[in-house]
Amino acid sequence: MILQLIDIGYLVAVVLFILGIKLMSHPESARKGNSIALAGMILAIVVSFFTPGLNNIALILTAIALGTVGGLYSAKTVQMTAMPQLVSFFNGMGGAAAALIGLVEYGDLPVDDIGKGSVLMASLVIGSVSFSGSLVAMGKLQGVIKDIRVNKILAFLVLGLAIALAVYVLLSGQPKPLLVYGLVALALIYGLLFVYPIGGADMPVVISLLNSLTGVTAATTGLLYDNKVMLMGGILVGSAGLLLTLLMAKAMNRSVSNILFTSFGTAAGPAGSGQDGD
Amino acid sequence: MDAIINYISVNQQEFYIFILAVFVGIEVISKVPTVLHTPLMSGSNALSGVVIVGSIIVLGKTDPANYLALTLGFLAVLLATLNVVGGFAVTNRMLEMFKKKPGKK
Repeated sequence: MILQLIDIGYLVAVVLFILGIKLMSHPESARKGNSIALAGMILAIVVSFFTPGLNNIALILTAIALGTVGGLYSAKTVQMTAMPQLVSFFNGMGGAAAALIGLVEYGDLPVDDIGKGSVLMASLVIGSVSFSGSLVAMGKLQGVIKDIRVNKILAFLVLGLAIALAVYVLLSGQPKPLLVYGLVALALIYGLLFVYPIGGADMPVVISLLNSLTGVTAATTGLLYDNKVMLMGGILVGSAGLLLTLLMAKAMNRSVSNILFTSFGTAAGPAGSGQDGD
Repeated sequence: MDAIINYISVNQQEFYIFILAVFVGIEVISKVPTVLHTPLMSGSNALSGVVIVGSIIVLGKTDPANYLALTLGFLAVLLATLNVVGGFAVTNRMLEMFKKKPGKK
């Protein structure tokens, strides 16, 4: 009985997520949409407490209490102009949470389960990239981090190495915790290299893209637990975030590939090569 | 390769949800006006905090004697809560700003 109720609770939460995000895209109903999405999230959290065999409840509640206080405090005190930085920071926290879940779960997963193993590796890599990338984006908006030229080949090399390492760990059929930490380190470095060269003015588009990545990593975590609210909610954010990224770039009269792969420093030749269109 | 194909066929339902959710996500925000880009980004960021469900489950399943896993799980719940609570609160503040500017639509 309780298992069925859990499923129904998650189902209702998913419906609230979809409704919320839909209302959020219309000016008159945007605030209502935010509240409805929040109601869905609270429902999903409450339902998750009924997962059979849940231990460490006190620890979970402490973490939630601390996070709530911190989140509310920073959201209430932040200056209006610093809001995008804060969104980027929160987004990075979501990515980090997904990567941490992957790290804990790696020890529990049977090493010969390549299907779930691949999902877990994806969670680890995407979550870590989203974490470090979001922090750089935040630093750039804040003006703390300057544009740094990065050799694109180096960036792709790091990403390629991370993927190769993930494949190796999967196929080795043995637990390799150290290599998994190495994988996370490489993914974190890739996140840095990915955002470093992008100009500060383009950060909103980058944050939207990283937000979409956090959604994807929430979804892969959902696959790991066969949890449909995470899967559906994550993909919803992933695809909506991706479309939003394209729309934002379009509103700035830029193309996404232009923003991501035309690094700030290389614009020295044809000045304004970053602007296309008109 | 076989393992991955097998995984997809065993978890067919999940993959159907996956594909449909992609289209739902695109569909629901396809008509968003430019002024709402940033609040919507912030709102969907709060939603990606749904990973908190996974972090609650992972910490709840952890052996109380495994301190490393406990620490990582605790951090996961904490950070995911920051994402959720902060995300919704900051979105709400952004949208409050909109209300004070009735000229904009």
